[in-house]
Amino acid sequence: MLEVKDIHSFYGKSHILQGVSMALKEGELVCLLGRNGVGKSTTLKSIMGLVKPSEGSIRFNEQELIGKRPYEVARLGVGYVPEDRRIFRSLTVHENLLMGIRNGAKKGGWTIERVYEQFPQLKQRRENKGGHLSGGEQQMLTVARTLMGDPKLILVDEPTEGLAPLIVKEVLEMLAAVRSSGVTVLMVEQNFKASIKVADRFYIMGKGHMVFDGDTEALLAAEEIRRNYLEV
Amino acid sequence: MSDFPVFFLHGLAYGGLLFLVSAGLTLVFGMMNVLNFAHAAMYMLGAYFSYTILRMTGQFWLSLMICPLLLFVIGAVIERFLLRRVHVFGHVHELLLTFGLAYIITEVVKWVWGNFPLAVNVGGFLGGTVEIFGITYPLYRIFIFASAALVGIMMALILYRTRLGIILRAAVNDSEMVNALGFNVPLVFMGVFAFGAALSGFAGVIAGPLLSTYPGMANEILIDAFVVIVVGGFGSLGGAVVASLIIGELQSFGVLLFPKLSLALVYLLMSVVLIIKPSGLFGEKQ
Repeated sequence: MLEVKDIHSFYGKSHILQGVSMALKEGELVCLLGRNGVGKSTTLKSIMGLVKPSEGSIRFNEQELIGKRPYEVARLGVGYVPEDRRIFRSLTVHENLLMGIRNGAKKGGWTIERVYEQFPQLKQRRENKGGHLSGGEQQMLTVARTLMGDPKLILVDEPTEGLAPLIVKEVLEMLAAVRSSGVTVLMVEQNFKASIKVADRFYIMGKGHMVFDGDTEALLAAEEIRRNYLEV
Repeated sequence: MSDFPVFFLHGLAYGGLLFLVSAGLTLVFGMMNVLNFAHAAMYMLGAYFSYTILRMTGQFWLSLMICPLLLFVIGAVIERFLLRRVHVFGHVHELLLTFGLAYIITEVVKWVWGNFPLAVNVGGFLGGTVEIFGITYPLYRIFIFASAALVGIMMALILYRTRLGIILRAAVNDSEMVNALGFNVPLVFMGVFAFGAALSGFAGVIAGPLLSTYPGMANEILIDAFVVIVVGGFGSLGGAVVASLIIGELQSFGVLLFPKLSLALVYLLMSVVLIIKPSGLFGEKQ
């Protein structure tokens, strides 16, 4: 479904991604792990078109994504759930969800009613301003907002960052439910102990490139990689 | 204080004009983060276009429709072919570009229409007077306030009652995220900039018969318009409404009550607001 091949991305003069490759199959929940600053978020941004890779290729269902603008990538069916959630603060919860509906998106997928059913907390808060929600509620809203556009693949950047352990569990269960509904999920995490319960497969990034690719068993077996690239 | 109603109405009329100028300015700033120095120059262009149309046809209403359209096209061209190209280099470049455009427009105006004031008469029904608060008052000034109110209500309805409005308000919060949700943000920006230009053109047509049409009229209103958006809060339409009225009345009564201080009053107000609430009366904390 998604094939990233040897991409290089820069932020100004710093060479953040130095040949990143990865592949996702339809229906998978894949977790991208690694320490701060190794380029996990930049990988997601490169797929989304928010950062333009200078080399390599990113193919999504046989279409080349590099060179496309973010809105064009979104219209192909890629949803982006950013770090820091980036809720529209001065819009209500309901308006935030309306923002997720894309022009020309297929009917019959996620609707506001279905989102409220899946996330009853959001229904209670529907007339509240986005900026007034708690961290956990904002995380739900940002995922729900992206689902409104009926994506085939969602890119989720550090969904559990800054949340209390109980809420972390809730958010991860929500992502597992999203995957069960047929959406492929690529999620970036620092917290591998939490993500191990929900992800099918893992990538680990070192400085600017991948150092590991395997399932849960392989990850648990690869002690040295974990020591070198994950544990502090 | 028998002059009170007259000065109050003067304040409303000038406040209305200020709102028409600053609404577009604050909208463009809120959305695109561009402080458009050429905004007042485009307003002046509107006034000069209107002068020419009035000379040729004598139709004020026609001018009021055509000039905003002309400025809409000019705004769209400026955004698409100039502003968008320098966008990647950041705010300073955008600021310098609009600053340069303001100079170019001013010089073109001097070259085409001459470096002297031109008289614009609205004539007809609008040129008449009306009895209000027991005084005889020029109808045209009432018309200015009414059209500002109408434009304000229209903008509020679009912003708060339509899907387009939701997209625009979301873009004020985070335009990159709006892009990532599948909206053609560059197109939205072009539309917003062109709409801001059209509003400035509308304000220019309105201003012609009230103030004199001369090459310095842009700078004259630019400062007051900047004060309005600073006091009201950058990017806030409601703030622009309130601040325009305050500054309109302040300018008007300042002349009546403290003639020697009247020029400083606006800056005094801005300083007080900045000290007490740096984000402006209705601005969100950044």
